[in-house]
Amino acid sequence: MLRVVSTVLIVLLAPAAQAFADPPSPPPEIRAADTPHDRGRSVDLSWSPSASEESGGVTRYVVQRAVDRPEEFHAVVTLPAGSRAYTDTSVRDGVSYFYRVRAVGPAGESESASAGPVRASQQWFNPRKSNLLVIAAVLIGGISWFIFQASKGRRLYIRKIAGIEAIDEAVGRATEMGKPVLFIPGIEDMDNVQTVAGLSILGNVAQLVARYETRLEVPTRRSLVMSVARETIKEAYLKVGRPDLYNDAMVYYITDEQFAFVAAVDGIVVREKPAACFYMGAFFAESLILAETGNSVGAIQVAGTAMPTQLPFFVAACDYTLIGEELFAASAYLSNDQKMLGSLKGQDVGKAIAAGFILLGVALQTAASASGNGALVNAARWVSSLFRINP
Amino acid sequence: MKRQIPLIITFSVGALLVLAMFIPHDPFAAANDELSVWFDIIASFAFILGGGNLLRIHGDKIYRRRRDWPYSIVTLGGFLLMLGAGLWSGAVSRGNAMAPGSLFQALYVAAYAPMMSTMYSLLAFFVASASYRAFRAKTREATVLLLAAFVILVGRTPVGYHLTSWIPQPFEFLEIPNLFGWILAYPNTAGQRAIMIGIALGIISTSLRLILGIERSHLGGD
Repeated sequence: MLRVVSTVLIVLLAPAAQAFADPPSPPPEIRAADTPHDRGRSVDLSWSPSASEESGGVTRYVVQRAVDRPEEFHAVVTLPAGSRAYTDTSVRDGVSYFYRVRAVGPAGESESASAGPVRASQQWFNPRKSNLLVIAAVLIGGISWFIFQASKGRRLYIRKIAGIEAIDEAVGRATEMGKPVLFIPGIEDMDNVQTVAGLSILGNVAQLVARYETRLEVPTRRSLVMSVARETIKEAYLKVGRPDLYNDAMVYYITDEQFAFVAAVDGIVVREKPAACFYMGAFFAESLILAETGNSVGAIQVAGTAMPTQLPFFVAACDYTLIGEELFAASAYLSNDQKMLGSLKGQDVGKAIAAGFILLGVALQTAASASGNGALVNAARWVSSLFRINP
Repeated sequence: MKRQIPLIITFSVGALLVLAMFIPHDPFAAANDELSVWFDIIASFAFILGGGNLLRIHGDKIYRRRRDWPYSIVTLGGFLLMLGAGLWSGAVSRGNAMAPGSLFQALYVAAYAPMMSTMYSLLAFFVASASYRAFRAKTREATVLLLAAFVILVGRTPVGYHLTSWIPQPFEFLEIPNLFGWILAYPNTAGQRAIMIGIALGIISTSLRLILGIERSHLGGD
């Protein structure tokens, strides 16, 4: 009986035992190539699985590299079984490298063919971004065309934006009530275009404030924003002929800490009770805390942000909200400068093109789903790929 | 000249970064990284500017006994205490001010973090008050908003499932969890994307105005 059991076990376990007795088979088809469309210092490796992997004879792969000649290989990285590719970013441009990949299992390490030589290099153009380049060229061309047209004196119609129209009313109300105007240019630094847009609006608000001789308070969360806001306001006061009213203390730094800044601004709102509050720029979780506090003191509130997650809060708590693109349009709209307005018309061209492609994509996708026609499916995929952003 | 130099710098750097987007070759690719580092260095030095401004504004307020000056004592006291504790703890713990058991870490855990959490938690109450005002069905649009908000709020809870689980299968799309999913997947996504497209175009347009020197409001206008 014992003999029979032993024989059965030997027959059943023989393949597995064999797998653990011999070193694993080497992974075939090792390929090494310069990473395409990149800034160099990178090599892509790929290989097929070792024949021993399926039976559990491989626990890991060791990638090895040699410089100039396929000799003296050194381990670069150890990867778990199942790995099929690796990108080596520790190489230098213009140097020849050879690679091999060894399968390692309980019974030892496989041999490996070597791949190479391969040299990493930088490319002068990333073709994966061709679609983006074309889109950018069309948009920049459209915007530049309207700016050019406007500079030649062509009058352009821009629809009224209620939130921007309300700025005058809000400053006027603060003047009548003898209360200050509070302006928050977002909580991000000068590297955020929303902050730049907010400061552009601040320049226009400051001109109104200077003209009406109202008090302006601009607390900031970033020191650089404070410096730029000061320059902006100083120039605005100078422009309307009231440099005497300008005071450095109207723009001040509070803290870089998000909620400490909110606490300070809430304190200012509760104590000073501004008649008009402007929130223009990038905001995060503090948007609703600021806007609700302003609402509690009865201020007219105008907000503008391009943070989609914060827009509902501003819409709920403020009297007027500049939604997304309106924040960027506000400065052009307020300045009434024809060249600036021309750029807004250029944006409209972009919107018309986007709407056209959305309609085309929806029509193609609907027709493809309804008919199952291969050509329509491919056409819908192609339209979708036009707007895919690749790294 | 005071106006021309910033405009020239803006144009050069803006054009360089636009090119760097499509050209992965140095010096364009390196410029992208280098300029970000430069900005961080400038921003770090600006901390000193900010701290100096804080001391000057509040020091002046205390000195002249201006309105609400006691708050300035609290502000400066907090600032100097944390600054001092940070420097002291950093010096004692070889550069790691947040080392376990350090004075700075104790202040951070016992005072700073709870105060930040308190401010953040205010959001819950403000969401309730803002929602109350926004969802009053005064107009047709506000009524639609109210209904959508009701479906979303209830759809996120088990109550939403139990309220409408009796609906027969041919009309299961009317079950609150299904309506909730539909609102998020279609009207909400469509609205968000429309806003995102507008924002993207607005950023391109604003950037172009800045690069070409047409937008000068942040420099004080013409």
